[in-house]
Amino acid sequence: MLYREAGDFSTTYPQDSQTFPIKFDRYRYYVVLAVAVLVLPFVMTDYLVNSIFLPFLIYAIAAIGLNILTGYCGQVSLGTGGFMAVGAYACYKLMTAFPDVNIFFHVILAGGITALVGTAFGLPSLRIKGFYLAVATLAAQFFLVWLFNKVSWFYNYSASGQINAPERSVFGIEVTGPNTEAWATYLFCLVFTVGAAIIARNLTRGSVGRQWMAIRDMDIAAEIIGVNPLKAKLTAFAVSSFFVGISGALFFAVYLGAVEVGEVFGITKSFLVLFMIIIGGLGSIFGAFAGAAFLVVLPVLLKLVGVDLLGWPTDIVAHFQLVIVGGLIIVFLILEPHGLAQLWRVAKEKLRLWPFPH
Amino acid sequence: MKMKLGTMAVAGLMAASPVMADLVFPSLSYRTGPYAAGGIPFADGYADYFTLLNERDGGIGGIETRVLECETGYNTEKGVECYESTKGEGSLIYQPLSTGITYQLIPKTTADGIPMHTMGYGRTSAANGEVFSHTFNYPANYWNGASGAINYLMSQGDIAGKKIALVYHNSAYGKEPIRTLEELSEKHGFELMLVAVDHPGQEQKSQWLQIRRERPDNVIMYGWGVMNQVAVQEAANIRYPMENFIGIWWSGSENDVLPAGDAANGYKALTFHGVGSDFPVFDDIQKYVVDAGKAAGSGDQIGTVLYNRGLYAAMLAAEAAKTAQEIHGTADITPAMMRDGMEALEITEAKMTELGLPGFGPEFNVSCQNHGGPGLVGMTQWDASAGTWSLVSDFSASDMEVIQPLIDEDSAAYANESGIEASCN
Repeated sequence: MLYREAGDFSTTYPQDSQTFPIKFDRYRYYVVLAVAVLVLPFVMTDYLVNSIFLPFLIYAIAAIGLNILTGYCGQVSLGTGGFMAVGAYACYKLMTAFPDVNIFFHVILAGGITALVGTAFGLPSLRIKGFYLAVATLAAQFFLVWLFNKVSWFYNYSASGQINAPERSVFGIEVTGPNTEAWATYLFCLVFTVGAAIIARNLTRGSVGRQWMAIRDMDIAAEIIGVNPLKAKLTAFAVSSFFVGISGALFFAVYLGAVEVGEVFGITKSFLVLFMIIIGGLGSIFGAFAGAAFLVVLPVLLKLVGVDLLGWPTDIVAHFQLVIVGGLIIVFLILEPHGLAQLWRVAKEKLRLWPFPH
Repeated sequence: MKMKLGTMAVAGLMAASPVMADLVFPSLSYRTGPYAAGGIPFADGYADYFTLLNERDGGIGGIETRVLECETGYNTEKGVECYESTKGEGSLIYQPLSTGITYQLIPKTTADGIPMHTMGYGRTSAANGEVFSHTFNYPANYWNGASGAINYLMSQGDIAGKKIALVYHNSAYGKEPIRTLEELSEKHGFELMLVAVDHPGQEQKSQWLQIRRERPDNVIMYGWGVMNQVAVQEAANIRYPMENFIGIWWSGSENDVLPAGDAANGYKALTFHGVGSDFPVFDDIQKYVVDAGKAAGSGDQIGTVLYNRGLYAAMLAAEAAKTAQEIHGTADITPAMMRDGMEALEITEAKMTELGLPGFGPEFNVSCQNHGGPGLVGMTQWDASAGTWSLVSDFSASDMEVIQPLIDEDSAAYANESGIEASCN
């Protein structure tokens, strides 16, 4: 019944190759977008935005970025935390050096700087593959964190090594600093998330994305059919780092406001984003969203249930959180190795045939 | 999916908020994670003191207190979540016990008008109340600690030409004393050697090898959590004389020295409050809290250094609340009134004796210009055979001649960066 092509005729090629070719799916997408833009800002509170929506939106951008590199191009990276740090510090330096330029451009530029750094660290990927590449990117992670801790130019020589986001506004409405409104920061991040998702989706559908996937599936075969591995791998690193850098910049400037590199952008962050795309689904933009939602919302939900509803001691709940999240990850990996995105795909197939499956 | 989870979160929150008719003291604690060993006793002490007030005195000024505990795991993101989820419940004062979370909360609490007390941690220049209107760090801060350690060494003998190493947690917290020590080394002519240890500090072989090679006359440590125990153990391994090894107050609890056993004997640590359970208030805690089965946590931390610090933090908060009630003539105070109470706080020996804590900390008073208190610092030493810390020097003044210009400089930089006009209203 649902999700059916029946009666939905494409008369032009663009119609046939659009992101959501099924009418029902397309309308669902418009509804989600409309709710996100027109309804949610009005019900946004400080609590909702700071504990659920900002981390969800920002992690989703990071997950999209890593998914391009790992899910689409097959290059495993453990340097996500380090690249987010590049985005954050680039944004900080830009914000303090050019206070008159709009924060929107700083975030984009921070993404661009991260893309350059990511491409540089992507160069070894031409020679080393698989686990060895993961170790090389791990080195990038540790090197970048060490760099931002060591060189005081990056944090403007402050005594503590912390960076603080000064107040900046877009159209006269503050989006960074302490005096922001919940809806403003939400909308600001939403713009970036939606933009990132649309760009990533269209890149992966086009010739660039096909090259990435060819490299992922078998690099030698891809080379033989004329895919340039240098170009494909480095563009994947650049585009991926661009998104990761944007997420790092937003993470620092809009969400946290003050950052200490070792604690916020450590190796745990790299693993967290990697878990997001594994749980959400490798090689799927929807998967990046689903994985981010899963790992951001679940701990908050468990805390609300455990501490506030059941009244358990906070440490017990914190330990249970680790057990439950860890257990669910294993369950997911066993029952559905292709992640939440695959569950969604299967559900769509089922819905298409429902109620007459034969 | 987004929407559904969002509404569920809201429903959960609404179901959880009880009626507001008490004085709420949120406790952003960490009973899990790499720093839990330090977080648990502090949180227990903080909670037990308020339980004591409720049981013995019926709260503060006749209104019951409520400690709202939220687990941060020393993680800044969870700290933000905790702050947002508790601030709506009428929270009077925040004490996050983490320098990272403090940095996050300084602008937020100021914007929300809720005071924050970072006792012996946080951003040192918050001592300048003209810039940091809602942040307090009395009675002592990191820079007082650094100067206190140097003063203590000078009282033991001449330090000109000596080499002093700083072993520090490579984070905002550990980097705080560097500038002060650099100034002091210029003033007193000792050589400063910096040794950084990365989070969480479980691996320090190379650092202590460096110390073994360069043989500094004294080692000062700014560590926290597992880093402390490892450092004390490593110092013992290279046979570094323990009496020349001084920790900041966050590196001076039982957890830090017990794993090294007898080898830790003689290790010194700074403090700004009394040690041990030899104070009358502990009899009351035994009677009203422990025997009534209301002790926080497992109740096995009473009298430890960090438990006492939690107790002291709670005592100062309760006294500030009392002061606020007196100023504003109402028992049901708001966070704004609490801030006034903190700024007018006066701790005298008579007051501490009355509370059952004679000589527990220095006498001091807070003013709008000075949110940092007098910065009096004492020295404690570990006796491994008795298993106790004891005070080996009085609470004495630190070198404000060096510290005050640094405070002014750093707070001016902050004011400039965030567009604050320094003023006392």
